[in-house]
Amino acid sequence: MQIFKPHVINKEESVISITGLYKSFDDLDVLKGIDFNLYKAENVAVLGKSGSGKSVLIKIIVGLLKPDRGEVVVLGKHVNQLNRKELDDLRLHIGFSFQNSALYDSMNVLQNLTFPLTMNRKNLTKSEANDAAEEILDSVGLKDKLNQMPSDLSGGQRKRIGIARTLILKPQIMLYDEPTSGLDPVTSTEIIELINEVQQKYNTSSIIITHDLTCAKNTSNRIAMLLDGRFLKIGKFDEVFDTDDEQVKGFFNYNFIQ
Amino acid sequence: MMNKKVRKYVFSKVLDEYFSGNHKAYRFIALFFKELFKRPFHLREVINQCFEVGLKSLALISLTGFIVGIVFTKQSRPSLEEFGATSWLPSLIGIAIIKALGPLVTALICAGKVGSSIGAELGSMRVTEQIDAMEVSAINPFKYLVVTRVVATTITIPVLALYCSFVALYGSYLNVHAEETSSLISFYQSAFKTINFLDIAISVVKTIVYGFTIGIVGCYKGFNATQGTRGVGKAANQAVVLAMFLIFIEEVIIVQIANWIRYF
Ligand SMILES: Nc1ncnc2c1ncn2[C@@H]1O[C@H](COP(=O)(O)OP(=O)(O)O)[C@@H](O)[C@H]1O
Ligand SMILES: [Mg+2]
Repeated sequence: MQIFKPHVINKEESVISITGLYKSFDDLDVLKGIDFNLYKAENVAVLGKSGSGKSVLIKIIVGLLKPDRGEVVVLGKHVNQLNRKELDDLRLHIGFSFQNSALYDSMNVLQNLTFPLTMNRKNLTKSEANDAAEEILDSVGLKDKLNQMPSDLSGGQRKRIGIARTLILKPQIMLYDEPTSGLDPVTSTEIIELINEVQQKYNTSSIIITHDLTCAKNTSNRIAMLLDGRFLKIGKFDEVFDTDDEQVKGFFNYNFIQ
Repeated sequence: MMNKKVRKYVFSKVLDEYFSGNHKAYRFIALFFKELFKRPFHLREVINQCFEVGLKSLALISLTGFIVGIVFTKQSRPSLEEFGATSWLPSLIGIAIIKALGPLVTALICAGKVGSSIGAELGSMRVTEQIDAMEVSAINPFKYLVVTRVVATTITIPVLALYCSFVALYGSYLNVHAEETSSLISFYQSAFKTINFLDIAISVVKTIVYGFTIGIVGCYKGFNATQGTRGVGKAANQAVVLAMFLIFIEEVIIVQIANWIRYF
């Protein structure tokens, strides 16, 4: 297994900076004051129960959802003050891996990969796009699946194709929404390796949403516990779980004792 | 800090939802016209969608048009015979098919076949986050999915309606031909005798409106689908029901306006 190598993080250079973030839906308060920095080349795992607003948080970061209050600065840009064109330019630097992969099911694997590329780089020829797609597919180890339809792939393969589809635009930031959920332990391990490979190869900064502590421990420099709409604890894995807080301990016990 | 929110409605929950729903629909239509003239035009996707629309409904339209032609002729003959006016049969059929039946039959079939499939397709893309995936990879899903489909239905359905009218007239001709000898050419000539340019123009305008309606309703319902897989079925179903409802209303309005123009 490609073990996670803790590397030195420069705390000067933050790529995502969130202050005082609030978000509610109708009567439901989901995020209640999030403050958070993601530094260059850093991987942070966000842990939290399902329904705690983890997906909402990263959707706000890419501008899919609008916050009620608070500032979100990504790569020096205020996400909520951008017009469509500026937002699109910013999004090209952010890779978003969806919880259920969200592959385009009317296209085969190759087309899934070339679609974002040809749509955004108009002067690219078809064969250049295909070459780029094949290269990325090779790096996620699925070169032989080129002509398959997404519906014919397994969950783990879909996840990898989903990650490949975002890598093809060479993002600086990766946002993974539950990359290992619903996968067996072996496939999970493969995805964890892939996340680390991506970090090392492309020098990305990542937020990894998960409730799988193995994944959190093996991919991340820091862990952030999302509880009740706030980050209860942010820090190294051992720091976060060295606590008497029942809710944090509950999380730990669930993962490792059950 | 307790953050209790008191919900207030302007009228009542139902009325408020009705008006905000309408507002949302108008904004959707306005956005369509705004995006329509902006680059990129995704011409290839428009052509793809035109083929989709055409191929999906061609067989059914051919069959239905043909049968409508035959049945309508068969049913009309006895009434005309009573007055000894069977020679008027082709003209009567021409008027009925070109002005009313062809466009309407086509629109209803396309609302069922094309509208529902657009609703289901976009609905499933919405609930499986494929639309969000486009958005985050800097592709405008409204332009790529909605504008292309609405343009395709608006172009293709008038063509299909014209085709449907000709097939129906052919069906009618076969029936006429079986009873009395008449050539196809002379049949079409007498069918078109009482049809003028205005009639054809109105029929074309009508079908353009139907095509737009079917496309935009299907896209609106699909694009705004919620509630997971259940929402997909709901979107497809509502797309058909609403499109058919609007088509009948538009039919009445357009015929009324056409009559004003005619007697102006
Ligand atoms: N678009 C939305 N409209 C209304 N409620 C939403 C929306 N998105 C998320 N929610 C609600 O916000 C809460 C947090 O959702 P989410 O971020 O998806 O949770 P998770 O932490 O499991 O990813 C849930 O209760 C969900 O029902
Ligand atoms: Mg989630």
